[in-house]
Amino acid sequence: MFEAIDAEPFIARIGERGSTHCAKEAFVVREDEVAPPKEFKCVLRLGKPRPGEIGIPKDLEYLCVGDILRVNGPAREIRVLYRRHSPHNILFFTERCNSRCLMCSQPPRAVEDGYLVEEILETIPLMSPETQELCITGGEPTLAGENFLEVIEATKQWLPQTSLHVLSNGRLFSIDFARQIAAIGHPDLMFGIPLYSDVASKHDFTVQAKGAFDQTIRGIMNLERCGLRVELRCVIHKQTVERLPQTARYIARNLPFVNHVALMGLEMMGFTKTNIDALWIDPADYQSQLCAAVRILTQSRIMVMIYNHQLCVLDRALWPFARKSISDWKNIYMSECDECASRNQCGGFFASAAVRHSRGIRALKNVRGDNTDLGSSIGA
Amino acid sequence: MTPGLNKSFRELKTYQSDEYRLLPMRFLFLDADRYIITNLAGGHRVIKRHQLDDLVNHRLAAHSILYDDLKGDHFLADGDSDVYGELLAAKYRTRHAHLPDFTALHLFVVTLRCDHSCQYCQVSRVSEDRPAYDMTQETADCAIGLMFRSPSPYIKVEFQGGEPLLNFDLIRYIVEEVNRRNDGRHVQFVITSNLSSLTDDMLDFCAQNAIFFSTSLDGPAALHDHNRPRPNRNSHALTVNAIQRIRDRLGDDSVSALMTSTAESLTQPEAIVDEYVRLGFRSIFLRYISPYGFAAKTATHIGYETEQFIAFFKRGLQHIIKLNSLGTNIQEVYTRLLLQRILTPHVTNYVDLQSPPGIGISVLVYNYDGDVYASDEGRMLAEMGDKRFRLGTVHNTHRELFLNSDVLPTVFETMLEGLPECCDCALLPFCGSDPVFHYRTQGSTAGHRPTSAFCKRNMELMRHLIRLLEDDHEAASILRSWI
Repeated sequence: MFEAIDAEPFIARIGERGSTHCAKEAFVVREDEVAPPKEFKCVLRLGKPRPGEIGIPKDLEYLCVGDILRVNGPAREIRVLYRRHSPHNILFFTERCNSRCLMCSQPPRAVEDGYLVEEILETIPLMSPETQELCITGGEPTLAGENFLEVIEATKQWLPQTSLHVLSNGRLFSIDFARQIAAIGHPDLMFGIPLYSDVASKHDFTVQAKGAFDQTIRGIMNLERCGLRVELRCVIHKQTVERLPQTARYIARNLPFVNHVALMGLEMMGFTKTNIDALWIDPADYQSQLCAAVRILTQSRIMVMIYNHQLCVLDRALWPFARKSISDWKNIYMSECDECASRNQCGGFFASAAVRHSRGIRALKNVRGDNTDLGSSIGA
Repeated sequence: MTPGLNKSFRELKTYQSDEYRLLPMRFLFLDADRYIITNLAGGHRVIKRHQLDDLVNHRLAAHSILYDDLKGDHFLADGDSDVYGELLAAKYRTRHAHLPDFTALHLFVVTLRCDHSCQYCQVSRVSEDRPAYDMTQETADCAIGLMFRSPSPYIKVEFQGGEPLLNFDLIRYIVEEVNRRNDGRHVQFVITSNLSSLTDDMLDFCAQNAIFFSTSLDGPAALHDHNRPRPNRNSHALTVNAIQRIRDRLGDDSVSALMTSTAESLTQPEAIVDEYVRLGFRSIFLRYISPYGFAAKTATHIGYETEQFIAFFKRGLQHIIKLNSLGTNIQEVYTRLLLQRILTPHVTNYVDLQSPPGIGISVLVYNYDGDVYASDEGRMLAEMGDKRFRLGTVHNTHRELFLNSDVLPTVFETMLEGLPECCDCALLPFCGSDPVFHYRTQGSTAGHRPTSAFCKRNMELMRHLIRLLEDDHEAASILRSWI
């Protein structure tokens, strides 16, 4: 009755009763609900499907109208590509990467996955124009070359109100490529690019690629020359922490034009687990380096943000720089946090922090006058 | 070996190379066994004598902390990276980013008349009743035309004297003409005045046109009135009263003050600073006295040695730092300028600390009589009878002023990069060239470094600041917060 069930995999937005686009949309029903009129491309039933329907696991109950799915009928496989109400939607470009970072949370694989970008190009027109932010990530998204430009173009065309955040290692931004990106004229585009040291060999070691430091620095300068905005990102671990203040100084002297600098805690995923003993340093043990780096950047009028750190571990002077940055689906709190007076201001943990986290985690008591504005004296 | 690193990852040493080469740098003795080293783009470090020895003799331990620090600061390079050349070039360009804009500061000497008879006055003034010393509208028209020939997107119009308020009608005319003829520049107006003739009408006009004031305040009343005589010896009271009226009408930040130090000032830097604080100023410029105008004629009476000025400056700065540590917000302007040059990669626009020197290319002076000068000091020198820095008159074209005068050759000849001693000095990236000062005091625009008061004063002040940044944690943190 629904042809879609045996058709090639397809991408569909979840529609609602009375939708004018229902011929292209999927309709989600609960286990005991009646099916909608037959105009929808397919019916997805939470739990046991009726004839002609596709059954989907009950934990997908959260699906809403406007969410976008990839439906593989014959394989009975559903992938959620976009959630209408999430502030953390990503466009996953590829699993391939030209670096192999010691702490990669998404270890690269040399697979032919060009279809991912095709899917993204198909998905973008279906997204809500009210989407606040989209994050382009991978792997290394710029490996898509021409397709990368096409996606930026498509987001500008279909989602002109949406901020676009590209996570890239910055190695492939030749001046020509940067000019092509700039020529698109996307209204709200930011490149998040990692820099792990002021010393080239230490950066190259961290990303396991000779010459990567020079390529990344040139890439950042090329983006700047074309008027594109850059956020620098530095993941703090045992191999990067010692030169964190010097790296801040290097940024202030050489790359003072960057929009801001994000100093980030480790996520216990992927290669981080593989190399845990080479990488792990308790954040409680690097507060002095972190304070120094923040002071250097702030004094140079460069905005700093601290990601993936819990307030109870951060020096009090660093609180104003801490951001709640962890995507909703990965964000957890520990049992200690239940009693904490600052829990609502705190970004909490990656779900993976169960593997290892700071010995400094504890419930904070409500100190008189405590609020997030305190501690701003570090910049003064 | 990196403990804990999975075997599928390569070790740090595979990315390192052990041979290093030196990048262009200059070094200078600081004190005891310490040296200041600076690179091409003004990055600096203070290192020990033996470390400098090791560095230049290629004996530095590869990948030690010092090695990495010097590498990150572009003093040395090894085989893992060659992007430093582009970064140094970008930083060098940034520090000279003001040059393509050409002249931004334009001084209009609207009259030479004045109601004060200050002993250090840097321009020979005349009594109040001599209209022959006023600029005419026709001269002003030509000067405005020349000003708009400058490509600078930012234009600062500064009214100078004599006492410019004595010819306020012309100020009014120039402001209106500049606004009418403005082809899209950001224009800022400043009147440099002793404020004694300030009327409410003038304030109304200034409020309507966002005009700022810069005035002279030498310190407490006794000192100020001693330095700046007026018939009733009431200069201080008049100035303080006018400052308050300007603030009430135009806002707190619409008036700044400059002090000039005389022999009487030298013993009381704290009292001078305290007076600025008492009057609500958030900055003070501890200025040395210029060897021009009446200051030159009375030099034996009010003059003082550079060393005394340096001691005065240090005492004043120490007091300012102490006040800051106790919560009072006041900055020393020259210190802030030097710190911006020492600590940041950005450009600074202070005319007297530039190389190539700012004469003509950063500032032009339109004198009351229609002559055009390459700097305010050049104009003062002319009032003493030497027109060496006169470019021509407002009736010349912009091209003629620059190409038919010897200002550009002087600019080229006095760039620090080509001056004996300066070219090897580690402080070069922070310092500037002042051909007018050296011409006046030493008879040559290039000057003679070992006997130059400019050199002595700036080197000692910079060394002092660098020592504070290195050795005094609290002072360093206050100083860094100023930039």
